[in-house]
This record gives sequence, structure tokens and C-alpha cells, in this order.
Amino acid sequence: MNTNTQSSLPISAGAQKVVIGYLAVCGAVLALLMVFGLLLRLGQGGMVPLPADLSYQVLTAHGIGMVGISGLGGAAIMWYFLARQVALNSSILLLNLGLFLLGVVLILGAVFIGDFAGAWTFLYPLPAQSGGAWEAHAAAIYMVGVLLVGVGFLLLHLDTGWAILSRYGSLTKALGWPQMFGTSIDDAPPPVIVASTMVLIINTLGLISGAAILVMTIVNIYMPSFAIDALLAKNMIFFFGHVFINATIYMAVIAVYEILPTYTGRPWKTSKPFLIAWNASLIMVLAVYPHHLLMDFVMPTWALILGQIMSYTSGLPVLVVTGLGVLINVSRSGIRWDMTSGLLFLATLGWAVGVVPAIVDGTIVVNAVLHNTLWVPGHFHTYLLIGQTTMVFGFMYFVAARPDSSGDTTLDRLAFWVFAAASFGFTMTFLYAGKASIPRRFAEHLPQWTGQDQVGAFFAALVIVAVLVFVIRFFVRLGRPKTA
Amino acid sequence: MQEIAWNISILFMGLLVVVFAVVAAGSRVQAASGVLISAGGKLRTVLFWILIVALVPIAWLTLADLPYPPPNGGTGQAKEIKAVGSQWSWELSDNKVAVGQAVDFHVTATDVNHSFAIYDSQYRLVAQTQSMPGYTNVLRHTFDEPGTYKILCLEYCGLGHHEMSAEINVVKR
Repeated sequence: MNTNTQSSLPISAGAQKVVIGYLAVCGAVLALLMVFGLLLRLGQGGMVPLPADLSYQVLTAHGIGMVGISGLGGAAIMWYFLARQVALNSSILLLNLGLFLLGVVLILGAVFIGDFAGAWTFLYPLPAQSGGAWEAHAAAIYMVGVLLVGVGFLLLHLDTGWAILSRYGSLTKALGWPQMFGTSIDDAPPPVIVASTMVLIINTLGLISGAAILVMTIVNIYMPSFAIDALLAKNMIFFFGHVFINATIYMAVIAVYEILPTYTGRPWKTSKPFLIAWNASLIMVLAVYPHHLLMDFVMPTWALILGQIMSYTSGLPVLVVTGLGVLINVSRSGIRWDMTSGLLFLATLGWAVGVVPAIVDGTIVVNAVLHNTLWVPGHFHTYLLIGQTTMVFGFMYFVAARPDSSGDTTLDRLAFWVFAAASFGFTMTFLYAGKASIPRRFAEHLPQWTGQDQVGAFFAALVIVAVLVFVIRFFVRLGRPKTA
Repeated sequence: MQEIAWNISILFMGLLVVVFAVVAAGSRVQAASGVLISAGGKLRTVLFWILIVALVPIAWLTLADLPYPPPNGGTGQAKEIKAVGSQWSWELSDNKVAVGQAVDFHVTATDVNHSFAIYDSQYRLVAQTQSMPGYTNVLRHTFDEPGTYKILCLEYCGLGHHEMSAEINVVKR
């Protein structure tokens, strides 16, 4: 395992194996879920016969699976680097993986055996009112599966919180408040501490909201008289979903802060702008979620306006601090390019680029004609596929590197360029389809829409081929002897 | 509006790709980092203020004409149509309106969440609001062109989601 990072404290061999276990699960599940995604696009494009019930089941599995696996990949990165700064409990790390896998089994069973197809967002009261498509037990098992995954992450964050507090004494110190509001940046916590603290705060709040609505939904499934306010339920679900998926990026970007500087020879030091950006992001990621509810006209108008404004401002830290920070770090640095550094650089670009269509869609008057069209998967696939997931791939290459490694193969490099080109082609096809008003989450498309589906499917297939190379090469490199 | 959204997105996404590509292309040459970091810090400050200065008027302009109903319910000049979503159909109290006539769609649902989306005859999305059980969203829209408009559901509502549609006939005055 590569130990060349900004942080230098070693982590135990057992913990390293658990991290590798996380990445192995990530690689395998990502590839499988990408095949699910391809299947959806092929079905919409009329290239494979995909009945509506199966299409929506695949949609549900793809959505919830991708959200969960993004979390797992992000957690692996955060834990790996945080463990070099504070004393983490590797048993909790293992427990989270166990709960995740148990949750996945329940979710897959609920979807493909129980026919549950309530989408990953499980908007109340759809789980209990399927129109005869699935049984109550299937919906409840799905909810329990998601709940188990959430509990695992909550335990993980409680452990990271305990460890950070033990070292820094308070969350505000770990967020760098003394330096941010003081005159000296000396003794500021390193980026991994700031990022991990921010994530533990936001994700704990998000997960509690998610757990509460999941439990209420389970009760409603078996006791319909226990009704929930539909707007409250929607707020809780989108707060949880928005925070969790953003936390996956905030965890994964730690790989950029920790690894990329070792390639450029320019350490990524905590600065005042860095602290301001992360503390501001903490507030904004919690406050921005109403931008998912811009078409809920009964929401308080001030909350929806806040959603638009927060959408604009929350893009600033990404672009001005992390994006520009990476450019400055890499610019004329004499960087050694390989798969790890290349993927992390590409990932930063993907995150930054994805902010643009997200901000555009966060504008209320634009949202009125783009909401729930394919523009939405267009922008989130940009910063999740080319951003977050690419950070995980870069970390996989980093972890699997060996001291005797002479470099990457031609196949790796070919896969990199295919992935870069195809993933942009794939996401741009979604955005173009959104511009053409094509709805998202439609099992069947009109004849005039299928051409874009077919182009999207072509790029998706190329992405999968490249990802299979990344994943297989990860296992191959891990399996090689440690010495030449 | 969709064209504007697309063009703005392409412009700034492309700009970012070009900047990253230029930096990557020149990255193998090694230069002293001190000057770069100092210049980068200044660039960060400038970029931050450019974005703030640009976003404030954009926010101001785009927030000036929101699609939400006025707090007092409007002038009372609009035609009222009730739209009720159920798995998997729409029930409209009326489906005939005149060009230029403001229409207030009072949108609700009997079972689960739906979305009331108006598509023109070219299948271009022109307006939408959520359709929720227990709530009524009021969507005011004025049709500019005659023709047959489609109502689709844009919020996933179960296995018949994609088949949930209705029509509105917009006629000349």
C-alpha cells in the first residue's frame, strides 16, 4: 500500500485491509450499478425490451445503490487519511461495512424479489401506496435496509467525532475557528481534520433526519392511520438526501488535498480562505436543500429564494478554493502524471464543471422548465461521476500502488482517456436531453427522444469499459507481490 | 429559457475545461512555487469578487419575476381550473382555454406526489408545479400560442408514471 501522503502517522495493517475491503466493494458495486444505468438508457432508447416494472426497479436499485456506494467510497478516503491524524476505531469501520452490506442485501431483496420500485427518494406516501405494484413488506424491508446503511454511517461519524474531540477538544477548534477569527494561521488543523469535522456535523444532522422519516414511513406502511404531512416528509427526505450525497464529495475531496500535493511537491496547507470556505460550506450545505423544492409553491417563498441564493453561493468554495487551489498547486509544478494524479485532477475538474449546470438549475425561473427533466441527472452525474467517483478511482490507484511499481500500463492510460471523454459525452447527453424537456424517470420514451437515449447509452457503455479496467487493474495490482 | 440555460452552461463549463487543460499542459515545467502561490492568492480574491459582483445582479433579475402566486391570490381576472392527480391520471375541471387568458391551475393530488407539467405541442416544457396530497399549489400560466398542450407528470409516482397525461386545448380568442 502506498504510504506517501501529507500525513505520516501509520495505520494498522488490519485497518488497511478494511479500507481495501471498502474499495473492493466500491469497485464491484459501482461497475454493477453502472450496468444497471446502461440498461435504463438502453430501455429508454428502445434498444432492449425493458418492461416498466423492471425499469423502475432497476432505477430504484441504481439510485439508492449509487448514493450508498458513493458514501462508502468517500468514507474509505476520509477514514484512511483521518486515521493518520487521530485515533480511530477500525472495528467501527468494519461494522459500518457490515451494516452496509446487510442493508444492500435487504434493499436488493426488496427491489428484485419484493418488486419495490419507489425510487431511491421513497417520497411519502408512495412506499405505502404503490397502486398494487408491491407489498407492504417489500417497502418496509427497503426502508430497513436504508436505515441500516444510515446507522452504519452514523456510528462511523460518532467515532470520527469522538476521535477529533479527543485530539482538538472542541468542534470549533477542529474547524479552525481560533485561526479563522484570529491573526495567526499557526497551529491550524490540517485540511483532513477540517473536512472530516464539517462532514461529521452535516452528515449526523442529515442522517438523523433520514432515520426519522424512514421510521415514520415504516410505521405508516403498517398503520396507514399514522399519516405524515407530505410536505414535511418531502423536506426531511430532501434534507437527508442532499446532505448525504454532498458529504460523499466532501469526504472524497480529502484525497485531492492529501495525495495531489505529493505529486507536485507543494503541500496543501490550511489557510484562512480554506477555513472560511469550509465553514461557509457547512452552513450552506445545510441551508441550500430547499432548491430541491422550488416547484413546491406552498413552501414559504423566503425559503425558496434562500434556496436559489444558497445555490449560487455554495458553488463559490468549490470554484474559488478547491478548484483554483488545485490549479495553483499543479501549475508549472513539474508534476509527475500517472493514473492517481490524473484521475484526481480530472475529478476536481468534474466537480467544478458540475457546479455550473447545478447553479443554472438552482435559479427558480429556470428550474420551472428544467426541474425533473434529464437536466437534473445531467448535472449530478457530472459532479458525481466525473467528480466524486473519479476521486475514488484515483484513490484506488493510489492505494494499490507498490513501491516497486514502475508506472501504469498503456491499458490504464487508454482507459483514462476513454473514461474522460465518454463520461463528459454521457453527462452532456443528459443535459442536452434536459434542454429538450425530456422527463427524467420515464420508463418509456417518445420516438423523438430515443436518439438521445441511444447516444447516452453509447457513452455509458464506454464509461463502463473504462471503469472495468480501473477495477480489474485495482485487484491485479493488489494481488502482485510487494517486492519485485 | 432552456436555450439560455444550455448556452450559459456550455460557455462556463467549456471555459473551465479549457483552463484546466491549459494548466495541465504547462504543468511539467517546474517553476518556483512562491511567486505562483502569491499570484494565486491574489487571483482567488479577484475571482471571488468577480463572481459575487456577477451573481448579485443575476439573482436580483431572476428573482424579480417568480412563478409563485401572489400572496393575495392575484387580481381575480384569471380563469380557474382545478387539476387533481391520481395514480395514474389527471382530472381537470376544464380543458379549454383561450390564448392570452391567464389561467390559475389549482393543483392537488389524492394519493401520492405527482407533478403537473405543461408541455406545448412540440413537447417543450413551459411550466410546472408539484401536485401533492393535502396541499393545493396554484400555478398561473398564460398560453401564448393556440394548440393542444399535454399535461405530463414529472414526479415519479409508481409504475404508471410515464403514462399519466391529459390534454388542454388552447384556442384563439
